[in-house]
Amino acid sequence: MTTLLSPGPATPSVFGQVGSVDGIVRFLLDDVWGAGLDLLAGLSGIDMLASPFMQRAYLAALCIAVIGPLVGSFLVHREVAMIGDTLAHSAFAGVAAGLFVNATLSVTVAPLLTALLVAAVAALLVQTLVDYAGAYRDTSLAIVLTGSFAVGSVLVTATDGGIAVGINAYLFGSLATVSRTNAAILLVMGVVVTAAVTLAYRPLVYVTFDEVGARAAGLPVTRYNQLLAVLTAGVVVGAMQIMGVILVAAMLVIPVAAATSVRGFKRSIGAAACAGLLATTTGVTLSYLYDIAAGGTIVLVAIGIYAAIKAGVRGRRYVSRRRRTPDRAVSAATAATSDGGDDK
Amino acid sequence: MIGLRRPDSGSVTLFGDPAHESRHSGRIGFVPQDVATTNGEMPITVREAVRMGRYPHKLASRFTRADRDAVDTALQRVEIGDLADRRIGRLSGGQRQRAFMARALASKADLLALDEPTVGVDAESREAFYDLLHDLNREGITIVLIEHDIGVVTTHASEIACLNRELFFHGDPETFVETDALADAYGGSQSLVHHHH
Repeated sequence: MTTLLSPGPATPSVFGQVGSVDGIVRFLLDDVWGAGLDLLAGLSGIDMLASPFMQRAYLAALCIAVIGPLVGSFLVHREVAMIGDTLAHSAFAGVAAGLFVNATLSVTVAPLLTALLVAAVAALLVQTLVDYAGAYRDTSLAIVLTGSFAVGSVLVTATDGGIAVGINAYLFGSLATVSRTNAAILLVMGVVVTAAVTLAYRPLVYVTFDEVGARAAGLPVTRYNQLLAVLTAGVVVGAMQIMGVILVAAMLVIPVAAATSVRGFKRSIGAAACAGLLATTTGVTLSYLYDIAAGGTIVLVAIGIYAAIKAGVRGRRYVSRRRRTPDRAVSAATAATSDGGDDK
Repeated sequence: MIGLRRPDSGSVTLFGDPAHESRHSGRIGFVPQDVATTNGEMPITVREAVRMGRYPHKLASRFTRADRDAVDTALQRVEIGDLADRRIGRLSGGQRQRAFMARALASKADLLALDEPTVGVDAESREAFYDLLHDLNREGITIVLIEHDIGVVTTHASEIACLNRELFFHGDPETFVETDALADAYGGSQSLVHHHH
């Protein structure tokens, strides 16, 4: 049986200090996910599923597909979808800071963890700006977005250029960056985000649907907005490895947009996660088969799904309208031509 | 007035406490402005929206039979039971208005605050809506109505407060029409009506 790459000396265990979490993560990675896909590979004869590299990529695809729409549904319907893009760029500054520290000091930190830290701080800053800026909130978002990207680019060039090589993988995303440690981080992130949204689902929906009403009902609206921003930071950092900084916000937005015609908010989140899952697994597979960028492929597949669904909904509405009023439409048309109304 | 803002000076009390830190927010049902005219794309159903009325009481724990009954009763009370599974953004202005009323009723509020509730609602639905308010008022619910339509105010309210940055008048409608409070308050830019129980 293949295991998901044995943790060699080069991959530091982030969860070393927390033995029980480490054990659970190892169990899930190797004995549940790895063994499950091995079995699937044996049954279907698809060798790709048995490769540890692709097993990690598919795990990342699954996590991204679930947590992206889970958080994105609240952002899109509060009309603050840009927050995802902004936090992705501040996460880039975090990655650059992590690589910078690794290059200049003698300590070793995972760039993903510094990215998470910087993005979470930026999330709280962004939320405060949005609260105070009122109508001009996209201006303050644009300032934080470009500002943090500027910090990142300065840090990258401040060293001898050694870290510039590593930064490319984070900018555009790559299946190769999903190491065992990173897969574990993403898995934990997935569990934490799902648990948080499940617990805070009701107040989050209330605040999203009617912020003034939620305030009047005595809900601590600012607290929940901050929670949502920090969760967004977590999702963005987790999904960044495959999607890349520049494209990661797509997974918060496109599957949600594809699912807006579903009736009921909970069901729309589920539908968005399904659309997301189709996009990420298809994208990862195509990316592997044709050796093309994973992030870009996933986004293009997602947009394809979105367009197909929108066209389908439009088409069905058109057909049902035609079916409901065929006689009237025909008689109106003949009436118009017979008295010469519309023809001239 | 219902505690959304902290007063610059003076004090606003609600059920005996300063309004902005009131512990009684569960007793207020609030229907925001413009609900009838804005139709968002959020794919939420009427029932999901009305269930929110219970959320301040039930932030994470399971809904009990009592919660579900409160939601059903509220939907029936405003006569939109048949629309419960429709998307709220697809309703007419008047229907959406009723959905927000149902949310307030589901919370078991004894004070309803309505901010220009009939803007964007057609005349027929408007009359039916005021009839509903009268019925609810008779059932023991205090209704605070913020309204610019002086005709509505003087026919339906039991008490009027005329406000434009400061209070120009507070009393019953009969006295109100005889005073110059409206003209004093800059052409009556804002009147606040109080259905007192």
